[in-house]
Amino acid sequence: MWFRTTSPSDTRDFAAALARIVRSGDTVVLTGEMGSGKTVFAQGIGAALGVTEPMTSPTFTLVNTYDCGNLTVHHADLYRLDRTVEVADLALSELAEFSGVVLIEWGEAAIDEIVDYLEVHIDVDIDDDAGELREFTLDTVGPSWDRRRDMLSSALEAWS
Amino acid sequence: MSLPEVVVGPDTVILGIETSCDETAAAVVMGGDDVVSSVVSSQIDVHAEFGGVVPEVASRAHLESINPVVRRAIDDAGIDEHRIDAIACTVGPGLIGALLVGVSSAKALALAWNTPFVGVNHLEAHLYASFLEDPTLEFPLVVLLVSGGHTMLVEMQGHGDYRLLGRTIDDAAGEAFDKVARYLDLGYPGGPAIDRAATEGDPGAVNFPRAMMDDGLNFSFSGLKTSVVNFVRKHPEVSSVDIAASFQQSVSDVLVHKAMKAARDVGATGVVLGGGVAANTQLRSDLQAACAADGIGAFLPGREMCTDNAAMIAAAGWHRLRALGPSRLDIGAFPSMPLVEAGIADG
Repeated sequence: MWFRTTSPSDTRDFAAALARIVRSGDTVVLTGEMGSGKTVFAQGIGAALGVTEPMTSPTFTLVNTYDCGNLTVHHADLYRLDRTVEVADLALSELAEFSGVVLIEWGEAAIDEIVDYLEVHIDVDIDDDAGELREFTLDTVGPSWDRRRDMLSSALEAWS
Repeated sequence: MSLPEVVVGPDTVILGIETSCDETAAAVVMGGDDVVSSVVSSQIDVHAEFGGVVPEVASRAHLESINPVVRRAIDDAGIDEHRIDAIACTVGPGLIGALLVGVSSAKALALAWNTPFVGVNHLEAHLYASFLEDPTLEFPLVVLLVSGGHTMLVEMQGHGDYRLLGRTIDDAAGEAFDKVARYLDLGYPGGPAIDRAATEGDPGAVNFPRAMMDDGLNFSFSGLKTSVVNFVRKHPEVSSVDIAASFQQSVSDVLVHKAMKAARDVGATGVVLGGGVAANTQLRSDLQAACAADGIGAFLPGREMCTDNAAMIAAAGWHRLRALGPSRLDIGAFPSMPLVEAGIADG
């Protein structure tokens, strides 16, 4: 599935639309190079799920946790981790189990640890002089997300 | 289960323990400001002592380091453990697995030695780092705390009396340094790498954005990082030293501008710098010049006190113990602990 946004605020709206499909126990893996907008996208999902405080980058803290009443949003960033053993220490799959939604930036290193996730890959449109256009490639992995492909494409139709 | 009371004074010896992020650290501090010993895991070869690999951020690295680091701090202090009057430990914010190693060890030692335990907020401890080098600092102060994980401006009206004036809404300044350094292929860690490269570059070469310059006391560095990436993509001919110098100038301009604004708002006697980015040459000289121009003090502690260490934990623990007494032994770790509300669940 392929989508396109035109600005950081459009990316937030796109993420908010996607958040309507996100359920407790879900993991969303974000990939894409530096400056592509992974944190903006994560902030958009978080705000739609009820995070009210500023969602700052978890690069150094590794995991930031936000309590939104009946849901907990875990915002992780594996940029600094390059060993599987370190990723395993974070126990990311366990975070999702207790009414959690886990958003993982630079999540490539976690893919071996997780069996069921939505991968959101962000590319910068290099032909765009203003540097604002972003292309999103979504991939579902595992049965829980596979079953929601139709819901995803209809919820995100405005950006296709 | 209760531990003995302690009368806190100039002879009170506190063992500080810090495991909130990458460093396992322990220190012995007397009277709140006399650093008798301070050990940070990166200084000692835990690898050689324990024969294990030490992954930088894993809680198991803290687990392997904690005992030798505490032992070294006590040995370096030249004291017997019976001389320790209380144990202070970081209880948040930080990574839960990492925090728990320090908290559990500190509580175990408190029980074994029958000494009081006091939980310390890591951010509050950074504010106390400055008092270790100059206990005579006069309030009110504005503290600019800039590290890989935090960027904040704090008003300090007295011991234990803080107000958060501003913070980053996205990336921390140190994180921007690290990511730009990696993008420019300047090496790791990013702060010193940019600092070094910038000495050969022209800070006026590229006019990178100064985000939210006149828009309150919050910071934003995510857009700056993206604009560096966009610029390099379009202008591969511009040298990385010029980009590093221009980027660094942009960060320094924003930090100094807002710190000075905060100092004027508060009527501060001076600005205190803390956190790993406090080691940056440009930031130090810009802040010093701005404070001199405004006729207020600029307090720039040495790098070993700005970066994570346990001496500042022991110092903050001394003040907390004096003002509020020991913490209960059943308090846990608080991964998202804010600076304000620093009242560490004393009840």
